[in-house]
Amino acid sequence: MSAPEPEPEPAPEPAPGASPGTPVGRRLVLGLIGLGAVGVATGAGIQRWFDDNLGPIAAKDSTGLASLLPLGNFRLYTVTGEFPSVANAKYRLRVEGLIEAPTVLTLADLEAMPATDLTRDFQCVTGWRVADVEWRGVLLRDLLDLVGVSPTAKAVRFTSFDGEYTESLTLEQARRDDVLVAYRLQGAPIGADHGGPVRLYVAPMYGYKSCKWLDTIELTDRVMVGYWERRGYDPDAWVGRSNGRTDSAT
Amino acid sequence: MSSTLASPDAPARRVRFDASERVVHWLTAVVALGLIATGAVMYLGPLATLVGYRGVVRVVHFWCGVAVPVPVVLGLLAPRRGRALRADARELERFDARDRAWLRRRNRATVGAGKFNAGQKLNSALLLGSGAVLFATGLMLHFAVHVPVDLRTGATFVHDWFALGVALLVTGHIAFALRDPGALGGMLTGSVTETWARRHHPRWAGPPPPPPR
Repeated sequence: MSAPEPEPEPAPEPAPGASPGTPVGRRLVLGLIGLGAVGVATGAGIQRWFDDNLGPIAAKDSTGLASLLPLGNFRLYTVTGEFPSVANAKYRLRVEGLIEAPTVLTLADLEAMPATDLTRDFQCVTGWRVADVEWRGVLLRDLLDLVGVSPTAKAVRFTSFDGEYTESLTLEQARRDDVLVAYRLQGAPIGADHGGPVRLYVAPMYGYKSCKWLDTIELTDRVMVGYWERRGYDPDAWVGRSNGRTDSAT
Repeated sequence: MSSTLASPDAPARRVRFDASERVVHWLTAVVALGLIATGAVMYLGPLATLVGYRGVVRVVHFWCGVAVPVPVVLGLLAPRRGRALRADARELERFDARDRAWLRRRNRATVGAGKFNAGQKLNSALLLGSGAVLFATGLMLHFAVHVPVDLRTGATFVHDWFALGVALLVTGHIAFALRDPGALGGMLTGSVTETWARRHHPRWAGPPPPPPR
């Protein structure tokens, strides 16, 4: 804007709708809002279909471009300000509580134990699902047998080295053959973003049970509910049978 | 402001956007880019790892979302300062036969655009509608504890895909502006040259200059 100029005489504003042509713009806006409403009502089913049918295709895309689309991708959550990381050589897993003797394991100790591979869908309680995720780790059951669980123990408590996150399982759940102390994901060491070097993987339950950045396994005489369970999530987090959700089981 | 600024050397210029329109545009632009940046951090794994602090990013994203319609709404409601914005909004909303021909790429040169071409009209409607959808689903996600789980999943689904669409629209908008310094200058300074106006928006531009004597 340069020199000050006299205000033009205000011409009367035309009445709304007086302009020529058809209100295509308005129809587009209303159409999009309608589309959005339909999407909110039916999106859960459509997303499931997308993840099941397009997710596996996107996962094979080597350009990485497909990861820009909201299809069967992990979303990386942390409850603290960062993704904590620790060097593999410095990693220690503490097992304590109601056991014969407190034990500290290195990553090498875990890798030397019999390994179990599981390939399952990963389901988040917020709705996203990643198809056919490959995990490798030690059965939590084997670890518990190694340290000798006291007969008074009824539950297992997990603590993350992020300093905040906790989780829990009943002893019966912890002894299932699809619960791993995992150290490999999709054929590679677990990165800090996915909770590595060692994390819990509870295959039949929603993702929040699979405590990332596993620091301590503690045997307790009762279930001590974890971070999200104190915030309203179900402690028994079976996929499709908890948290009011109906996802197909993993 | 008169529509041509008389000056012997400088090319004749014509007002395209008044001060309030430009303030509304640039405030919206800053907040919208904040939304896209914070949204990308929450959505793209590598960026999430790089930045962390998801809690903080989420709060910033939420407040940017609350703020983003404010400049436009205030601008449209302003009794006197909002006149140009309201006039442009009316113009953007209406499509006539020439807009349809323009979209079908028939005789674009002879059909000629008014103050806005049909692509700009389309872009504004798509952005407004998508923005409304993102605003509503964003509120559902923010107050998720009060929303049934299936609707929450549906809202996530819609928010994801509409956000992707808006990111593409905004990318296109910026790319077109950068390709055309005349258009970008119109939003930066408020005026364009008569030559530019006649070339790009002949039905809005003034009559051609008299032939040199």
